[in-house]
Amino acid sequence: MSQSGPIWIYRNYLNCSGCRRCEIVCSLSHEGRIWPEASRVRIFMLVPGIEIPHLCVQCHDYPCVEACSVGALSTSKETGAVLVDKEKCIACGQCIEACPGKIPYIHPTDKYAVICDLCNGDPKCVKVCSEGGWNALQLIRGRVGYNSKLYAKTPEMITTEVMKVLFGEEIAELI
Amino acid sequence: MRGYSGKLLEVDLTTGNIKENRISEGVFRQYIGGRGLAAKILWDRLGERWEEIDPLGPENILLMLTGPLTGFIPGGRICISGKSPQSNGMVGSTIAGEFPIELKCAGYDGIIFTGAAEKPSYLLIKDSDIELKDASHIWGKGAKETVLTLVSETRKEFENKYRGFGLWKEPSILYIGPSGEKLCRTAAVTAKWSHAAGYGGYGAVMGSKKLKAVVVKGTGPLPEVYDLEKTIEYANKIVQVMLNSDSFRRWGTGAAGYTIGAELSSEPVMNWQEEWHDERSYGVDKFELFWVKKFWGDFGCALTCLKLAVIKSGAFKGAITDNPDYENQAYLGTNLGIFDPQSNIYLTWLADELGFCGIQVGNALAFAAELYQRGILTRDDLGGIDLRWGDAKAFADLMQMIARREGIGDVLAEGTYRAALKISKVKGIDVTRYAVTVKGIAVGAHGIRSGKDYPHYVSYPCSVQGGDHTSVAYIPIDHLMGELGIILCDSAIACMFALFNPANWENLWALLEAVTGWKIMPDEWFNVMARRILHIQRAMLLLGGPDLKWNPKIHDSVPSRWYEPLLKGPYSGKALEEHKIREEIKEYYRLIGWDENGIPTSEELKRLGLEDVDRKMKILREQYGSG
Repeated sequence: MSQSGPIWIYRNYLNCSGCRRCEIVCSLSHEGRIWPEASRVRIFMLVPGIEIPHLCVQCHDYPCVEACSVGALSTSKETGAVLVDKEKCIACGQCIEACPGKIPYIHPTDKYAVICDLCNGDPKCVKVCSEGGWNALQLIRGRVGYNSKLYAKTPEMITTEVMKVLFGEEIAELI
Repeated sequence: MRGYSGKLLEVDLTTGNIKENRISEGVFRQYIGGRGLAAKILWDRLGERWEEIDPLGPENILLMLTGPLTGFIPGGRICISGKSPQSNGMVGSTIAGEFPIELKCAGYDGIIFTGAAEKPSYLLIKDSDIELKDASHIWGKGAKETVLTLVSETRKEFENKYRGFGLWKEPSILYIGPSGEKLCRTAAVTAKWSHAAGYGGYGAVMGSKKLKAVVVKGTGPLPEVYDLEKTIEYANKIVQVMLNSDSFRRWGTGAAGYTIGAELSSEPVMNWQEEWHDERSYGVDKFELFWVKKFWGDFGCALTCLKLAVIKSGAFKGAITDNPDYENQAYLGTNLGIFDPQSNIYLTWLADELGFCGIQVGNALAFAAELYQRGILTRDDLGGIDLRWGDAKAFADLMQMIARREGIGDVLAEGTYRAALKISKVKGIDVTRYAVTVKGIAVGAHGIRSGKDYPHYVSYPCSVQGGDHTSVAYIPIDHLMGELGIILCDSAIACMFALFNPANWENLWALLEAVTGWKIMPDEWFNVMARRILHIQRAMLLLGGPDLKWNPKIHDSVPSRWYEPLLKGPYSGKALEEHKIREEIKEYYRLIGWDENGIPTSEELKRLGLEDVDRKMKILREQYGSG
């Protein structure tokens, strides 16, 4: 069941329980296996207790698509997702370089860039996260415009910000 | 073989030799994984000379074993085992986190460590790239620094070594703190913050092998399962039951620091002198104010019963820990006469930081405080510490002394029971009566005097893991939350919190079949498979050695403290009666296949194909005059 029209996955890092049920359903859905290192959403835990869901934010200007020199990346008119053509992708890493959040990565065995495809409008990660009441990932319908790109940050940057909020600035500095 | 990779990694720390060790499907079918497989490996390799093996010597074997359900059942867990420096038997001690998932994704069902390294080392696993590395720079470091250093170094190394993959997630880590390095028998194997395989004392075993940490990144998928559709179906059923456990999800075990005392009257207070308190200052409503994350969990968990507590100001500023969970609320709280959340969070954080099991070290701290209360230990004996009930700072100082094995800390580092033997000798007074332990293991924070909590007469005396409250003997024996059932949880490996609701028991059997393809009926489990594992563990426990050996006639018992009446609360006056406990123990022996002296019978062992265990038990039967 896919939604029509663009959608966006809102992320509230403060709510992430670190259960990684998103990684489980994502890899099952895309790979047919439980495979955290091939999940389109990855939970970074650079500091235990500070778990960061890291997944494509669909920037309004799609720098990754721009940077791809072999034309392997395109955008879905329906959902706004970045779509990867596995056949064309040469795993050169230019999309990773271009991404302000360094979000894409290379598939561990098949050597193509892994980017969230929004499950064709019905993201499984959001479902399990809402089902559990954590709501670290939430579905937003409609275009979010320039705001989406604000979320394109590296896990290191997000970890520092979230840690300051959860632990307090002084304690965060000690870590 | 489905649900497994079929391979264990074997690391000889003495020579640095690393190899792969294949396990046959037949062995997995009989022993499943985790605790069961640990019993099999340990018995095969050490059984013949069990009594002579020093748990803290290079001959001991340290095991880290996953199970077939690891990664598929909500909440990833791994079982740590070896000869226990606490019980001298074998304890299967499980710990949550992503470590077992990473290990399976790297292609291994577990790791066997033999020998001992010459200098501080850690093992780095990246799929099949495996390296024993120098750990001198983190030796002596606490939890926080160890974890953060290893995460950042490993990511840097991966980024250099495996270029062009993009950002690397952190690896998963099992490690020890300073207490394990100093061979404190109360030390745990730990993960993240506040995750611990506490029972057994395997932190000291890691320390004795100079193994500071194991760091793993696996980039492959979890092993193939027998029936993927059914695996997802039953895992989801288990998830749904967990999602409906509202109160447990909301408060985790952290609501119990008040209720187990006030309602059930089975919470240790001041070294178990009492088991009742009604201190509202210790309510979950007060703890909740320190929670910065109200749901925190490990791989696939639908309960997320952990809660991240942080103290942001005041004397204990900077303490970060989980919850604390009930056991730590009791053992580093009420049992020390502490009834304020801040002190408890602080002491729990300190125990984490030093790598202690909160139960084991908390039990030893309370034991020392009672000896101080009775004037048996003096302020001089305690290195100048005025160890009064409720004084978190004083207990923190003593905990630090234990971690450094300094002064009296060196005695208490041996764990409560061994410390009691030593102090009795030095002081000329029998202080073992104040040691609330069973077979060298501090009992969990669930007393049995009020009769209202889940453990009962035989729970601790007959457990093959001594005072372990997660592995209690139970009548009827075919109860999933009794020891034979828990052996399944610890072998498969499932978090028992996923199974509190009996609705999930049926799903557990079904999930095991979906993952492995083996149809294991409860009847086969309780009468054959679990019995085999239990008897091997029992044999190892009774063989014991080299420093202590348990005589079932004496040591299959509750702590003598519990023969004293409760002093306060609604069950005031209640105490245990020895003859009743002996009667029920006899009944348990009969049901489980042990003779009148608690030794597995020859008939039972032969029925299960354990002839080699039977040969060793014959010697014990002769010693104890079994009929």
